Amino acid sequence: MASFSFLLALFIIAITTFIIRAFYVILQSGKPLERTDAKPLSTLVVLGSGGHTAEMLNLLSALHKERLMPRFYVAAATDSMSLIKARVLENSLNEKSGVPVGETARFIQIYRSREVGQSYMTSTGTTLIAIAHAFLIMIGLRPHVILCNGPGTCIPLCIIAFLFKVLGIRWSSIFYIESIARVKRLSLSGFLLYKLRIADQFFVQWPQLQRKYPRAQYVGCLM
Amino acid sequence: MDDQIVETKEQKLVFVTVGTTRFDALVKAIDSQELKKELSREGYTHLLIQMGRGSYMPTKSKGEDGSLSVDHFNFSSSIAENLRSAALVISHAGSGSIFETLRLGKPLIVVVNEDLMDNHQCELAEELAERKHLLFARPQTLHQTIMDMNLESLLPYPEADATPCAKLIHKFLGFPDD
Repeated sequence: MASFSFLLALFIIAITTFIIRAFYVILQSGKPLERTDAKPLSTLVVLGSGGHTAEMLNLLSALHKERLMPRFYVAAATDSMSLIKARVLENSLNEKSGVPVGETARFIQIYRSREVGQSYMTSTGTTLIAIAHAFLIMIGLRPHVILCNGPGTCIPLCIIAFLFKVLGIRWSSIFYIESIARVKRLSLSGFLLYKLRIADQFFVQWPQLQRKYPRAQYVGCLM
Repeated sequence: MDDQIVETKEQKLVFVTVGTTRFDALVKAIDSQELKKELSREGYTHLLIQMGRGSYMPTKSKGEDGSLSVDHFNFSSSIAENLRSAALVISHAGSGSIFETLRLGKPLIVVVNEDLMDNHQCELAEELAERKHLLFARPQTLHQTIMDMNLESLLPYPEADATPCAKLIHKFLGFPDD
């Protein structure tokens, strides 16, 4: 009996520590990094069909690539076009710099929890597989920076990144850029990452969305 | 009569695209005799329809009698060539097709698919229509839109600029300005 209450106490302490740490992480998120070294930061770039990839690659072309590397591109296994487009961008960078693509970029396919049109009933099993796969990928990569703009695959990846922050496995900066297609309302991914305060920085491309979600920053159109 | 001969010498293509979706309501609206006659009257000579997964088959026509020449296909790996040769583009509301067309500076009518469950793409087309970068229609109002359209009133879409967003990301990560 004594050992049971001991275990219970231990459990309660663990949960409480976790919750306190989670709050601390939420408070710390959104504060700019203070870095003393100039080492490049490994970056996870989440791609997705339906315009997401095009917007993301436009943003990427304006970013400091030599400071954000290696870059890990992730797209749904059913979306072959996105990784091809990312490869084209990486190849053109490689031509300029002479550094082989294999050293600066990796291309990864991820299982998707639910295909467009799949029923919610059959998606329970596939969702579990997708989460497990996302976990494996994230444990392997442990990126310092995450860039995403709304495909459904970014939700498990960002939640796992947040867990890593809470557990002290890896501190990452999560940037969410809502798609240009969202003018009046956030997408489900955007809404979750905004409300759960998982995104360190939240960007929108239309002023009317910024007025509705004051913690977001308006950055103009990326397309 | 002379006027018509001069007009048909030069190809004036209307390109219709539904992307990877199924949008029979749009293809059906395009295929109506009145609409094709209206396009002819406005000086268009060719109509090319990319119909995606749709099952409605528009009637093909060689356009021998001076009427509109009509052709269609399901998919192609790139519609860039079709867009480039078009004088007018009629598109579904997908953001990919919208921006690809605007970037080429082609006049664009976006037709919203009301059968889609999550119709958030409507938002983008409406906003861009309000800013006069394109015209916005529904399948049943497309004919009226074409009759009333004044392509001169459309404004070019400004060059996209990702630098403000990139600057904020750099600042947050503590990268020095340069």
